[in-house]
Amino acid sequence: MARKLALRDALREAMVEEMRRDESVFLMGEEVAEYDGAYKVSKGMLEEFGAKRVIDTPIAELGFAGIGVGAAMNGLRPIVEFMTWNFAVLAFDQIVNNAAKTLSQSAGNFKCPIVFRGPSGSAGQLAQQHSQTFESWMANVPGLKVISCVDPADAKGLLKSAIRDDDPVCMMESELLYGFEDEVPEEEYLVPIGVAAVRRQGSDVTLVSFNKMMYPTLEAAEELAKEGVEAEVIDLRTIRPIDYQTVVNSVKKTNRLVVIDESWPLAGVSSEIAYAIQKYAFDYLDAPVTRVNAADTSLPYAPTLVEAYLPNAEKIVKAVKEVMYMKA
Amino acid sequence: MDTTANKKKTTSRKSSKSGKSGFGKEMYLSWYELMLRIRKFEERALMMYGQQKIRGFCHVYIGQEAVAAGLESAIRPEDAVVTAYRQHGIALARGCSSDECMAELFGKKTGIVKGKGGSMHFFSAEHRYFGGNGIVGAQIPIGTGIGFAEKYKGTDNLCVTMFGDGAARQGSLHESFNMAMSWKLPVLYIVENNGYAMGTSVKRTSNVTELYKLGQSYDMPGEPVDGMDPAAVHEAVTKAAEHIRSGKGPFLLEMRTYRYKGHSVSDPAKYRTKEEVQEYKERDPIKMIEEATLKESLATEEDLKAIQDKIKQEIADAVKFAEESEFPDPSELWEDNYVQKDYPFIMD
Ligand SMILES: Cc1ncc(C[n+]2csc(CCOP(=O)(O)OP(=O)(O)O)c2C)c(N)n1
Ligand SMILES: [Mg+2]
Repeated sequence: MARKLALRDALREAMVEEMRRDESVFLMGEEVAEYDGAYKVSKGMLEEFGAKRVIDTPIAELGFAGIGVGAAMNGLRPIVEFMTWNFAVLAFDQIVNNAAKTLSQSAGNFKCPIVFRGPSGSAGQLAQQHSQTFESWMANVPGLKVISCVDPADAKGLLKSAIRDDDPVCMMESELLYGFEDEVPEEEYLVPIGVAAVRRQGSDVTLVSFNKMMYPTLEAAEELAKEGVEAEVIDLRTIRPIDYQTVVNSVKKTNRLVVIDESWPLAGVSSEIAYAIQKYAFDYLDAPVTRVNAADTSLPYAPTLVEAYLPNAEKIVKAVKEVMYMKA
Repeated sequence: MDTTANKKKTTSRKSSKSGKSGFGKEMYLSWYELMLRIRKFEERALMMYGQQKIRGFCHVYIGQEAVAAGLESAIRPEDAVVTAYRQHGIALARGCSSDECMAELFGKKTGIVKGKGGSMHFFSAEHRYFGGNGIVGAQIPIGTGIGFAEKYKGTDNLCVTMFGDGAARQGSLHESFNMAMSWKLPVLYIVENNGYAMGTSVKRTSNVTELYKLGQSYDMPGEPVDGMDPAAVHEAVTKAAEHIRSGKGPFLLEMRTYRYKGHSVSDPAKYRTKEEVQEYKERDPIKMIEEATLKESLATEEDLKAIQDKIKQEIADAVKFAEESEFPDPSELWEDNYVQKDYPFIMD
């Protein structure tokens, strides 16, 4: 049985179920308790679990992320919410230098089972400092796992897996899609970290994306279908570890690949996928791998500039026509 | 928030100022004009937000105008100022025009930063305004560095570094305070304590709610100030600025103030009572100046009316200017990212 659930509600269900199941799980972050979360993801959780387990912090990202790391090393399973990943930048020392390296530098004496979560990516006209995409930043760091998924059902299952995981996991959500509804099963389930999902079958071209860029990508696929081009659409869901095999298998069938990624192009997720495909599916490619990224600049405020900056269905269709050698 | 402390301070202030404080007509009217400009600018901005002419985050300063007014009248134009995202009022106080500020909110190319920053990010080198910063607390070390550069260059200028009560809990405050004190940097730290950081009241963030005490572990002098009264702000800033310019290092002022509206346009502000908001509105700085100037015969009804008319026209003109301006051309996306003109962007 399934019912429609918004992404924010699906994420909350994941946390609530895991907190009921395991006393050592707790939630900490700015405005998560009394305010019900800046984006209402933790609505009602204070009421159910009390102030011991749903904790409002001051604005002190470096401090509370580090407190999470210490608590994780000492037997707890913290979920640390960042109001957005832009503010997690202040906490990168604890995420990158400590959470990611605890297991290695202690040679297994200590593990760090912690989830860092919050929205990543642009969310309208929020300007330079509030519009950044962090998947490629965090995915670059060995020791971390990185999930980036906005399908409500999958996001729920992935977050549950992340909370149970013994390694530190970064979960990238989306401010714009918290209210987006889709079917979510009633019964309990987990979605494994590190496995991509094929969202649409097709034989002409492979489109790979994740997080909110899945929607313009699927829209482009529908547009292309009207012109007789059948795109296979893959939702990576996890950025580290990345599911290369699903992409390779698809490209072996379609012989063409376009990667749609809201990260900046240099050293982005798209670069990594393009590398892997030329390496493992070189003989199957009928055209160079192409990508559609955010512009290689900071995102300004004006609507005309936001429009020019972001990938959209039109830009994706254009890129697909390029790899199909079709007239634009 | 701890309103009792605020109230105590105010009553003592109220009886001692108002004309008798030594400020003349000109000063009162200039405070009045600036506060009214900020208030009317933002009231219009909120209306325009409702019409979706302004988008994104929009944090208004309504209620806190006395801080901007008393600050600007007490510092020099050459002094630097840096603050957070609740910044329209500070930019206007610095002398940025209503036209370019309104156009910025509209995202137009005639805006103060060409429509690139929006509500949170005004900047003006001309007015020594180092901007609206969107990352809570980031401007504390930045302002310290601006002060560092003044000292390095051997000027007599200081940097006013403003931040909220919420920002005061960032670790960078302590790192900055320590270095600024040990290096005797010319920095005036102003914490605008409006009682809340989003939905979190000051007392829920720490055992220490008297924010002017935060410099004490570094022996930095600090004082609480009635931030609803421009005269009190002016006096406190004047004294602190003298201290700083004499080479003694930084000073911390806690402005006790209040924001009447929610944190941003999307916040219904259910975490506080109507009575609490009303209590502050009773002491509204604009209303208080009107009453005080008339009572002390410092100004006439006509004087005030002339200013009201001037501001009304100015804000109407600013909206018209913003409406009629154009959005930046998409090619602007590639401008102002590097000073290097032929920077090889990735454009695949
Ligand atoms: C580092 C960082 N964390 C969180 C936020 C989100 N945020 C924006 S404003 C704000 C509250 C700040 O309150 P305060 O410093 O008191 O300033 P006020 O809004 O009252 O002017 C928060 C949590 C942010 N912008 N930057
Ligand atoms: Mg505040």
